[in-house]
Amino acid sequence: MSAQSLRWWSWIHKWSSLVCTAFMLLLCLTGLPLIYHHEIGHLLGNDVEAPALAPELQANPPRANLDDVIASAKALYPNKIMMYMSQELDEPAIWNVTLGDHPNDEHYKPIAVDARTAQVITEPAFEGGAFMSTMLRLHVDMFAGLPGMLFLGAMGLLLIVAIVSGVVLYAPFMRKLDFGTVRRERSTRLKWLDLHNLLGIVTLVWALVVGATGVINTLADVLLKVWQSTEIAAMLEPYKDARPLVQMASVDAAVKTAMAAEPGMGVSFIAFPGTPYASPHHYGVFMHGDQAFTSRLYKPVLIDAGNGSITDRRELPWYLTALLVSQPLHFGDYGGGWMQFLWAVLDLATIVVLGSGLYLWFKRGRRARAEARQEHEQKAPAVQPVLARSGGER
Amino acid sequence: MNSPFIKLWGMPILLGMLTVIGLLSALFGDGVWDALSAVTLGVPVAVGAWFSLRRKRH
Repeated sequence: MSAQSLRWWSWIHKWSSLVCTAFMLLLCLTGLPLIYHHEIGHLLGNDVEAPALAPELQANPPRANLDDVIASAKALYPNKIMMYMSQELDEPAIWNVTLGDHPNDEHYKPIAVDARTAQVITEPAFEGGAFMSTMLRLHVDMFAGLPGMLFLGAMGLLLIVAIVSGVVLYAPFMRKLDFGTVRRERSTRLKWLDLHNLLGIVTLVWALVVGATGVINTLADVLLKVWQSTEIAAMLEPYKDARPLVQMASVDAAVKTAMAAEPGMGVSFIAFPGTPYASPHHYGVFMHGDQAFTSRLYKPVLIDAGNGSITDRRELPWYLTALLVSQPLHFGDYGGGWMQFLWAVLDLATIVVLGSGLYLWFKRGRRARAEARQEHEQKAPAVQPVLARSGGER
Repeated sequence: MNSPFIKLWGMPILLGMLTVIGLLSALFGDGVWDALSAVTLGVPVAVGAWFSLRRKRH
């Protein structure tokens, strides 16, 4: 690599890293508890568990009528309206119901209802309690809404630039060294340079994937808006002059209709009229497949909330499929306990890479200034590029 | 294979490929695929931990 291109890549690596490092440290630190949100929720007593069924029912648990589930939840807040009801893949015994003052209520009330008996289990802590909610908001948008999300997405793009330029710089630094060499004896700075290179190259692919899927996740709201204004709008064309709903059809019957239309699929969530995932006249029943991969993809079935008939059903567009696939790859929640653990260790390794990068820049800056002062006093021009000097130091 | 390219990039490429296998296998299957994912993702983590924590013998 020529001295000129080395200087150019060094400049890219330095500035892309410096700009995003503080935010990446925030994301790594807040992401760590989010990896273990289920376990932390359990420890804090904020997670919801379905009560044990009577022994005679355990072998073949009943499924409560969804209209009864909704009625139980609404009995707690008679003046609020249904927003969503959803089920997690690994917990079919619970319906997570949200009620709000209007279909876009950010201060919705979450209610957990037993999916077998239609009894209210509890009103779970909002977003898993104050601590987890704070971690989540800091991680997703820094309490700044859509601009905050998009800003973090831009920082994620800079991270990708920093990673790619870091890989380019790996070659001149490591050409004369064996893989994994950490020169501990020479100087603290050299030791951290080697650790930065080692952990950076070891976490490379993981960090690229988590970074890129994180960037895709920051576009979720935008992609949803695109989908609503194109495909959902097209599906709703016949309803554009329809009168407001007076009477709502049975949700239980609507879901049965959707299940009959999509055999082999289960229900992930149901969006109620007026929410972003439905329309003012429809229930949006979002179905998932039954395989490891297809269980993470949705197929929306729009059901007329007035008469309970199917209005339309179609595959998700590619960009929403990409969003849904990018979510597990970002969260690391799809491979069990070992994957969670490795995600946490890789997260910690990334913190070390970020921290050592910051340290190297700080040391570099101080040394460069000292040398510049010296050179100034000797009136000698600098000949070597900044980073080549440290690479040749041995 | 002792070329300078392999010496420099051999391990990074191997670890990168293992990471890709680890990330994908759990996505497309459960059970044994989750186990494969744990092993293949575990190798880069173990390699990183080994080289960064080991002390040279004197």
